[in-house]
Amino acid sequence: MISQSREHTLLETIHNDPSRRVPVPQGPSYLTTPGAESIWDVVKSWAFTLDHKRIGVMYLVGIMTAFLLGGIMAGFVRMELWDGQPNLLGFLANDGEDPVTRAQDGYNQAFTLHGAIMTFLFIIPSIPGALGNIFLPMMLGAKDVAFPRMNLCSFYLWCFGALFFVGALFTTGLDTGWTFYTPYSTSTNTAVIAATMGVFILGFSSIFTGLNFVVTVNTMRPKGMTWFKMPLFLWGIYSTAIIQILATPVLAITLLLLIAERTLGIGVFDPSRGGDPVLYQHFFWFYSHPAVYIMILPGMAIISEVIPVFCRKHIFGYMFIAYSSVAIALLGFLVWGHHMFTSTESPMAAVIFSALTFSVSIPSAIKVFNWTATMYKGSIVLKTPMLYALSFLFLFTIGGLTGLFLGALSVDVHLHDTYFVVAHFHYVMMGGTLIAFLAGLHYWWPKMFGKMYNEFFASIACLLVFVGFNLTFFPQFILGTQGMPRRYAGYEPEFQSLHQMSTTGFVVLGCGLFLCLGVLIHSLLAGKKAPANPWGSGTLEWKACSPPTHHNFETTPWVGDPYVYDDFVYDPEIEGYVEVLPDLARGEVPAGAESEPSEA
Amino acid sequence: MIENLLNSANSLTATALPLAGFWFREAASENAGDVDFLFNAILWICVFFFVLIVAMMVVFTARYYARPGHSAEHTAHHNNALEATWSIIPLFIVMWIFGAGYWGYMNLRTPPDSAYEVQVIGKKWNWSFVYPNGYIDANLHVPIDEPVKLVMTSDDVIHSVFIPAFRVKMDVVPGRYSKVWFTANKMAPTDDGSGGEDMGGFDLFCTEYCGQQHSSMLAKVIVHESGTFQDWLVEASNWIDKTPPAVAGERLYKERGCAACHSIDGSTKAGPTWKGIYGTEEPLVSGESVTVDENYIRESILNPNAKVRAGFKPVMPSYQGQLKEREIDAIIWYIKSLSGEQAPDAWPDLPAEGEEGGEGEAPTDGEAAATDV
Repeated sequence: MISQSREHTLLETIHNDPSRRVPVPQGPSYLTTPGAESIWDVVKSWAFTLDHKRIGVMYLVGIMTAFLLGGIMAGFVRMELWDGQPNLLGFLANDGEDPVTRAQDGYNQAFTLHGAIMTFLFIIPSIPGALGNIFLPMMLGAKDVAFPRMNLCSFYLWCFGALFFVGALFTTGLDTGWTFYTPYSTSTNTAVIAATMGVFILGFSSIFTGLNFVVTVNTMRPKGMTWFKMPLFLWGIYSTAIIQILATPVLAITLLLLIAERTLGIGVFDPSRGGDPVLYQHFFWFYSHPAVYIMILPGMAIISEVIPVFCRKHIFGYMFIAYSSVAIALLGFLVWGHHMFTSTESPMAAVIFSALTFSVSIPSAIKVFNWTATMYKGSIVLKTPMLYALSFLFLFTIGGLTGLFLGALSVDVHLHDTYFVVAHFHYVMMGGTLIAFLAGLHYWWPKMFGKMYNEFFASIACLLVFVGFNLTFFPQFILGTQGMPRRYAGYEPEFQSLHQMSTTGFVVLGCGLFLCLGVLIHSLLAGKKAPANPWGSGTLEWKACSPPTHHNFETTPWVGDPYVYDDFVYDPEIEGYVEVLPDLARGEVPAGAESEPSEA
Repeated sequence: MIENLLNSANSLTATALPLAGFWFREAASENAGDVDFLFNAILWICVFFFVLIVAMMVVFTARYYARPGHSAEHTAHHNNALEATWSIIPLFIVMWIFGAGYWGYMNLRTPPDSAYEVQVIGKKWNWSFVYPNGYIDANLHVPIDEPVKLVMTSDDVIHSVFIPAFRVKMDVVPGRYSKVWFTANKMAPTDDGSGGEDMGGFDLFCTEYCGQQHSSMLAKVIVHESGTFQDWLVEASNWIDKTPPAVAGERLYKERGCAACHSIDGSTKAGPTWKGIYGTEEPLVSGESVTVDENYIRESILNPNAKVRAGFKPVMPSYQGQLKEREIDAIIWYIKSLSGEQAPDAWPDLPAEGEEGGEGEAPTDGEAAATDV
């Protein structure tokens, strides 16, 4: 039973007997390049680094740039939709002289760029590539991932794919939507081949990352860390990696078929040659539905770490959360047809896909209940990462529940391809994954860069993001049920007030995100030095110094229960938590030990 | 009896669920009630769980926030009974939602045999609704209280028919026929019954992204009061005979999709403008040139990619089988009138009053059109 007296005792213990402090060996930061004589040396040491943390940081810079680009496109879309007349985006257009059709064309380009950049360049690589790369090996107490060279290769593939992709998009444009549906994509004269080649390359980057993570988790767990003593972040990333390996090749094959269709006219998807355009949708969603879980599972994984730490309480229902990640990963392969209820797929197929879709909702519901239950009788610290985690719970619950409408066949017929769907997947992808990403970014920032950020302004940014997000996307649910179709450059006057609310929300959301960026950059320049364990977390990455050394751990860390916080005490002198060793000589039971029989 | 019960159930849901009007447009088809009922049922389930979770979050945060003198209590790390409960109860709820959705969906996908059939052709970026006698309209006209089945196909890319007021939607795919059906039971509140140019009607949207002017691929659904539909159809089918050729051409220009790519004010869209084009000599992609006369215009309508004007892409779909001879003539007259030619006030070979079935021209051509597509 932890109590204030216990905290006092612990604090006294470490003051009286410094040898009871678990030491955190200090060393040179992985961010510095010892022995560098010129800026060129520094650049070289980053460009050819095999350090998973540096690769993670480079990923972070890359995906944030992509996010900014995708966000600008979202801004174009929202500005065009301020009124119902297409009149703004003519400058993005490919052809045509008439101002209205040029604006329509520009709008189509803008929403395609927004969707494609956000999906392929930002959200799929975001959490695994940046945060996963840095913290997956560290949570295992390891020096690096299993295949460091492959890891670097994965990053360069991402860069190459991104350059190819963005280059193509900005020179000849792309107006197919991020889904490349045939036969539109085989008949439009925009850069479909170049863009799909870009996605193809990005897919390999994703496969490499996934493969690396699977091997790392399987072979590099430290002594004492059995599967069910792994932090839940690892379960989430591991499930994600399995999907990345199994599903991404299908996307690659599909895109190759699309390229062959365009260049050679093989006729797989062309009805005039005996092909079937709907077949493309089956192929595409066979990847892209599991990809939805590539996007959300890592987000859930972060939330499973942040909530127990900031509630100072053991995660509730570890096994259910771990198994639900795996269940989501596997069931996620069987539900792709729910994107196609109105696509002329047979009613029999639609019914089966609908039933399977509802089965995926259960593991997600389990997670939400378990996170909420973790808060019960905790000691809830409302720091920025926790504020984002609470936002996540709120927004993801809406995102998940609105999925029930779309899974229900007869209701989906009305809602399919309307703004209801747009709102639903933004609540899951942005309200879920992006918010979880921000939670993780604020949670691990002190570890990654060794600096604390301004808590007050970071919380304000979180609040702005939360309010702005809801203002942007909640009105879109109503637009959708009222019948406003997706991907419309113009609309009828009755939709205008809701669209204007949405655009206003976008501005608030943008301010929040820029404030968040400002706070983080400010911390790099002028932030206080971070202690090794500012939040009192129990996972292994916090047993390294902040920022870690090149090898992460100078001594092998001691593996305990990742969610037991009894032995951590806040030391005001270092403004961080200190882990106190149990006095084994006196027969004290280590804190994690008492829970073990019930977990096994 | 059952109808009464259903009616009272409907009015009950309408009063008990005040959110309904907020979410939906007024329902105007017989099946829409089921869809709305299920939507509202799911809505209340969602509201319940959402309030539950947010309330727990708020209460826990308020009671257990970190403060001096308060620390976390050790509680069980898991509780199989509790966790099984909150897995199984949602499972039963979603099974019910699935069942209700399934039942409603099968209704939406099973048209009655007696349904009145209208063929629909989607084409960038307009709709053609082909009635059984071959008449083609740019808007969908249906009789009230009668099941109507749309048999749909596309000439180019995938489109999708969506009528929010009827709560129906179905993709329109090239190379296959898709079906959707409904029974309209209300006229649109904005429909003035005139059948005129700016008549009201329910919105019909294209909801599968189909390229540049996707958001302009709109039509209206006009519900005709009982007994007046056939009269309307006969009247509408003969419209061209009673319309001066150039005026008819103008209507075809607007209704049959020419306007999407051809301007009449001299500006260039996907295709050349029609203003002043008649009689000019124009260069072709092949390097040759052609005089824009009746024969060239006719060829461009029926086999548009045979002689493509220089500076344009071969994107125009063929109208072979979709325009009757007289309609092609009307369009030619319209184009000629845009170059200052004087068009006749009436068709020369017809008496002023078009006799239905006299020549039999319209229906015969219409059937040909229906089988060709």
